[in-house]
Amino acid sequence: MNKIQVITSINHEEVEFLCEPQETLLDVLRDTLGRTGTKEGCATGDCGACSVLVDDRLVCSCLVLAAETGGREITTIEGIATEEGLHPIQQKFLDHAALQCGVCTPGLIIATKSLLDRHPDPDETTIRYWLAGNLCRCTGYDKIVRAVQDVARDLAGPA
Amino acid sequence: MSESIDYKLVGTSPVRPDGVDKVTGRAQYGADLNLPNQIHGKVLRSPHAHARIKRIDTSRATAMPGVYAVITGEDFPPPPEHGDVGGEAGGSIGDHARNIMARDKALYHGHAVAAVAARSLRIADEALAAIEVEYEVLEPVLDLDAAMAPGAPLLDENCFTKNLPEKSDKPSNIAEVMLLSRGDVDKGFEEADVIVEGEYRIPMAHQGYIEPHACIANTNEAGQSTVWCCTQAHFDFRAITAKVLNMNVADLKFIASEIGGGFGGKTVVYLEPLAVLLSRKARRPVKMKMTREEVFRATGPTSGTHCKIKVGAKKDGTLTAATAWMAYEAGAYAGAPMGPGALTVFVPYHLENFKVEGYEVLVNKPKVGAYRAPGAPQSMHAMESAIDDLARELNMDPLDLRLKNAAEEGTRASYGPKFPVIGLKECLRAAKAHPNYTRALPEGAGRGVAVGFWFNFGLQSSAEVHVNENGTVTVVEGNPDIGGSRASMCIMAAETLGVPYESVRTLIGDTESTGFSNSTGGSRTTFATGMAVVRACEDIIAQCRARAAVTWGIDEDQVLWVDGQAIPASGVNDELKPLSLADIAENAAKTGGPLLSRASLTAKGAGPSFSVNIADLQVDRDTGKIDVLAFTAIQDAGRAIHKAYVEGQLQGGAAQGLGWALNEEYIYNADGIMENAGFLDYRMPVASDLPMIDTQIVEVPNPRHPYGVRGVGETPIVAPLAAAANAVRDAIGIRIHDLPLSPPRVLAALDAAAD
Repeated sequence: MNKIQVITSINHEEVEFLCEPQETLLDVLRDTLGRTGTKEGCATGDCGACSVLVDDRLVCSCLVLAAETGGREITTIEGIATEEGLHPIQQKFLDHAALQCGVCTPGLIIATKSLLDRHPDPDETTIRYWLAGNLCRCTGYDKIVRAVQDVARDLAGPA
Repeated sequence: MSESIDYKLVGTSPVRPDGVDKVTGRAQYGADLNLPNQIHGKVLRSPHAHARIKRIDTSRATAMPGVYAVITGEDFPPPPEHGDVGGEAGGSIGDHARNIMARDKALYHGHAVAAVAARSLRIADEALAAIEVEYEVLEPVLDLDAAMAPGAPLLDENCFTKNLPEKSDKPSNIAEVMLLSRGDVDKGFEEADVIVEGEYRIPMAHQGYIEPHACIANTNEAGQSTVWCCTQAHFDFRAITAKVLNMNVADLKFIASEIGGGFGGKTVVYLEPLAVLLSRKARRPVKMKMTREEVFRATGPTSGTHCKIKVGAKKDGTLTAATAWMAYEAGAYAGAPMGPGALTVFVPYHLENFKVEGYEVLVNKPKVGAYRAPGAPQSMHAMESAIDDLARELNMDPLDLRLKNAAEEGTRASYGPKFPVIGLKECLRAAKAHPNYTRALPEGAGRGVAVGFWFNFGLQSSAEVHVNENGTVTVVEGNPDIGGSRASMCIMAAETLGVPYESVRTLIGDTESTGFSNSTGGSRTTFATGMAVVRACEDIIAQCRARAAVTWGIDEDQVLWVDGQAIPASGVNDELKPLSLADIAENAAKTGGPLLSRASLTAKGAGPSFSVNIADLQVDRDTGKIDVLAFTAIQDAGRAIHKAYVEGQLQGGAAQGLGWALNEEYIYNADGIMENAGFLDYRMPVASDLPMIDTQIVEVPNPRHPYGVRGVGETPIVAPLAAAANAVRDAIGIRIHDLPLSPPRVLAALDAAAD
């Protein structure tokens, strides 16, 4: 089968790969490029474990064809922390014990980033609906929502 | 153990040591490892719920370019005739072998009938399509009533009901019965002023862990195999894989990856023996991972059930008698949690007269697997609903009725022994005093309460403690960390040794690098493995005292260990400067070499854990949809080691229990094919479905654990089912006996009541 050449940017780094037409961005991230921080929970767009940003848009990477990603800017969980250390979202997830098994956590952190980029001061309902595409089976979401609220408070700075 | 002990670390909530890797994507879960030269395994699954396998022709698949191995039931040794799978997984090894790969019959839609390994997943899929299977399709048996009816088609012609008073000579779909009784129920019901009865049905539900099963096996030419997999129990997986493949345990090495949820479901072996066998044939590493659809169709949900309850009480609320009849779907093979269902149904109450009749029934659905407090949520949903009805009949507060009859230390438990110290009454009183119990409800909303319980298990655990040259500590143990247990081990080790939390790290050893441990299941890890860690730390302290004595040239009994350092006993040698763990470790070469210790044990005295839940629900009378307004989970943890992760267990169990109560169910068509095998249609709670979940940790310490731990992981899922059902009863004035309380069911009940 002929492969398609794609040149794109992942976490601000130019990446070139070959993919089959039916391969998803998730397949390529995990299997071709070894970026296994993005998880597969269902491959049907129902669980959000594979959430990534494509040009700042929150998407399930299992629903995006890899061949369509040429020339885009893709952000995965591996691109959230910086040289200075963890992103505040990552730190608050740890501080609030907002993960138990941790497999949904990369997707939730990406979804939270997308939420706070658009709504820096979300109320609880906004948080819950923004994260409704990301299944977590361990926590009951309580500590996740509290972690997100805490990040938002910090971003807002002292009142 | 005194209540007044002032702990430095126990009961705090430090950041888990494995946390950074889990928020940055570094942590490696089951499907995250890839090996050089690996190929991909896939399973061919039965398209029929019940069929005899007449013939399998793999020749076309085997000849395809890029296909390295094809296996069927014929490639396996005969299923072992003896031996059971321990723990909460349930069933015989032989049945697990047949469940892993069908032999003469396919017993559910999705049952594995062949497997291939190929260069790519695409080629593997094409190879599966090229395998020809000739089936003789049989009539499926899809529900309890049909399966128990005389003349029902049989799943297993050699199944003779176990535990019948008289041995049966006729095969049946009823795998096992259990009868429990005490006192005289007829007399008890005669003494009753009020009697309530109810009949409750709950369909199968899935654990719903987000990470599908995955593994890689690498088998060499000598038949030795290394298996990396996501599991709650890598030692148990090694044992079962060895038995299913008739291999020497020593030829199998199991490495537990990080695990993306399990809830009991990853105590069961599905893929690993297939991967080992495919890898042996292909002489390459074989990676296998299930799709979500495969997880739903072919891994263990928990039993669908049918329970009938009758309870009698005097006017003052004293329970006089109760009976329960219950049937649990086993799925394709025996091993349903009917036993624990029967043993827990009346467990919260002091009851002189009762009778329990339990049936475990084979049906053409996947073999059920353990799911958090296996069996208890279903039977206790029935009893706790009946108790709620009784409270209404008696015009009593439902918590007062429970308090009046609540079991306590010395009560003979309905499952046999006398209770040791337990915290049921403390939980009930905490609920009574909780502001959420008396807060005004919005118009049209309802409030329900219910009690939950789990036995908690001990079993075998091992732990090692290594003191590094700078006094930091490495704990090695054998229980995959499914929800923060590394942090709990670090807390217990640091508390015992008297060193900072940050100086301890815990790692999970593989089957060749640490001692045997049973599963991360049964709510046993913090209890049993924690006990082993504490014992090993106590041994380190003894060694440190000896090393200090050598250093100081005094007797060992003149050395004390206080706050993480060796000090001379007071009154003598006061001039000696205390020696910290770091001091002793740095000097270890001169005092006898590296400091290390180990402990292994069969933990006794697991402490039963009770809970009380309060649910506030609102029912939309136009659509039947239920909103959860508030939920309060109160539970006796014995002692919370890591407070936030204990709260997390209570909250997560509440969410799972609410999902089960309100929406989750396996929906089958008439051919036995599950119609909602995906997260879109198998509707688990999402963030917008739930409110904050309030928790209150009650601490009635377990005297059999050095820090009082009971175990907390399973009890939280038990009470939400009845708490939700009772809240709906309160909201709409109608008792809906069956679950889930999904919009169509609630709407039908409202419509029926309006007619």
